[in-house]
Amino acid sequence: MLRLNDVKKSFTEPDGTRLPVLDIAGFQVAAAEQMVLVGRSGCGKTTLLHVIAGISRPDSGVVEVNGCDLAKLPEAGRDRFRADNIGYVFQTFNLLAGFSALENVLLGMSFARGKASVERAAALLQRVGLSHRLTHKPAMLSVGEQQRVAVARALANKPKLLLADEPTANVDARNQQQIIDLIRETCVEEHVALVLVTHTPEVAEQFDRVEHLDEFNQAVASV
Amino acid sequence: MSLWKIAWRSIEQRALASWLTALSMALGVALVVWVLVIHSVVDDTFRRTAQGYDLIVGAKGGGLQLVLNTVFHLSRPINNIPYSYYQEFTEDAQHRGKYARYVTLAIPYCLGDSYEGYRVVGTTPRMFDEFEYAKDRRYEFAQGRNFKHENFFEGVVGSLVARQTGLKVGDAFNPTHGVTDDKIGHKHDAFTVVGILAPTGTPNDRALFVNIEGFYLLEKHAKDPPARNTAKTEHQHDEHAHDEHQHDEHAHDGHDHEHAHAQGPRKPLPDDQREVTAILLRTKQFDNPIRAMAMSNEINDEPLVQAVKPSVEIFTLFDSIVGNLRLLLFVLAVLVVVVAAIGVMVSIYNSMNDRRRDIAIMRSLGARRSTVMVVILLESILLSLGGGMAGVVVGHATMGLISPWIVAQTGVAIGMFQFHWLELALIPFLIVLATVVGFLPATTAYGTDVAKALSLAP
Repeated sequence: MLRLNDVKKSFTEPDGTRLPVLDIAGFQVAAAEQMVLVGRSGCGKTTLLHVIAGISRPDSGVVEVNGCDLAKLPEAGRDRFRADNIGYVFQTFNLLAGFSALENVLLGMSFARGKASVERAAALLQRVGLSHRLTHKPAMLSVGEQQRVAVARALANKPKLLLADEPTANVDARNQQQIIDLIRETCVEEHVALVLVTHTPEVAEQFDRVEHLDEFNQAVASV
Repeated sequence: MSLWKIAWRSIEQRALASWLTALSMALGVALVVWVLVIHSVVDDTFRRTAQGYDLIVGAKGGGLQLVLNTVFHLSRPINNIPYSYYQEFTEDAQHRGKYARYVTLAIPYCLGDSYEGYRVVGTTPRMFDEFEYAKDRRYEFAQGRNFKHENFFEGVVGSLVARQTGLKVGDAFNPTHGVTDDKIGHKHDAFTVVGILAPTGTPNDRALFVNIEGFYLLEKHAKDPPARNTAKTEHQHDEHAHDEHQHDEHAHDGHDHEHAHAQGPRKPLPDDQREVTAILLRTKQFDNPIRAMAMSNEINDEPLVQAVKPSVEIFTLFDSIVGNLRLLLFVLAVLVVVVAAIGVMVSIYNSMNDRRRDIAIMRSLGARRSTVMVVILLESILLSLGGGMAGVVVGHATMGLISPWIVAQTGVAIGMFQFHWLELALIPFLIVLATVVGFLPATTAYGTDVAKALSLAP
């Protein structure tokens, strides 16, 4: 499902020098596999997720999702591919404040090839336990409810791969476990591969596969 | 979810700023609507009003002034001309005027008096029996009838005057000497209202019309008889031009006039003591246009009189002065709309910093750069077009509200549902304008760095 090969990514410093952020020789995730990615702050976790999602382009290497090398696609192609194949759950939920819970999920469908389906959006919200909150705007939802809307939105287009960037960092312990359970269960139900980034050991230890980015990212391993 | 809805949600989110910018656009467009419609109606009214006749004869002077005070009851009358000129356009058993065969209708107009600020016109009953105030539209009476030639002190009242003054059939009114509402002019003998004219949408709605025979018998309205220059009557002054204040305003109120109609049947004023301010002519120009033109030239060669074509004077007025004024007002109104559009741009542009994260979220969900750019452009179009449409409604509604006042002041009727074809052009114009002004913020949205914007604190 996901294959990275010799991926390099660097940023330009204000003084013009290049700062290597990613240098990954190889990395794979199978279809419907669930893995967790851990690592210290600044080891490139978010940058790696951006590269996998096609938000950022690597300087070199192969980023293959579902058989398509995103590194070779132009930006518009990566955008379309992301809409159709990749779901993204953010640490800060990133719901649009002016949209209701249902509309936030529908918004996720608006940029994909398929037609936005109110029925599917409502069903997903029901699945995450928010059938009574369809018309509520984010400000009217609790933190845990907001993250559940974000999960529903990420799964709206039936993606092949779900990227979750510290999805429990801003929720309390009780909600933390509910969110993790929800993400894992829905990924199984929808047959979606999961790459989850976390700092929390209690979360990481629930996964069969745990990868330490600062060990296989040569850009930071040598620092 | 459509991009329109996404743009609308964004507008809702910044409700106050959005409504204010839309309001400024609405006011700008309302201004354009006012300029377009008011000018169109005024233009139409002025041109249409002169349809019943094609020539006006009056004293030498400004041709436009003659048209304004005769047709539109504006400005001040020029001097009077001898009645004999009027007779040159008429014929009866004893007399045939030298121009009579070239005209189908000649209506004398005597001006110089007013009633509560509205002009009083001395004329003949033919004015309402035979004239058309617009194509195929004759005067009608909402109440009563036309005044009769033999009843010297009868008159009819324009619809607006009746409404404003409360005059009704059977009432009497005393014209005041002078055409202004300064209330210091001499008050004449009374005329009886025998008819109220139906509304015509012409300046005649703002006038009162009295029997010319009675008008002549009013104090100071008779010219000295040529053979009796040394034997003036108390009120018959020498050769006064019938300008409203060319004679003394000596006090007459209260004393008996020898010609007061209350004292019994009166004799008509002799022709050699009569004057007219103007003569409205319907010529036989369709039968013999060359002769009609020659007649006009011949009249203009006379030392005391001129003949003017009202349509030419009005055309000249509109094309030389009013047309330029309209253009200036129109340009100013369009500039107001452009300024309002710049306001839309500033409003959206200023919001871009706060919306970088929202744009990045949409991009992370798969929206392309061009998609978010289109959303911003749609937002600009919604604000501009929505404000513009509201402006059209506001423009017409306010015109409907102030219409009675405009009618009272000018006699020009402007309805709420009178449209100008250029209003249709407002829609594409606003869309183009909104696209242009939306381009800058849209470009900013286009260039949003997703990774960087996502790292911003929510």
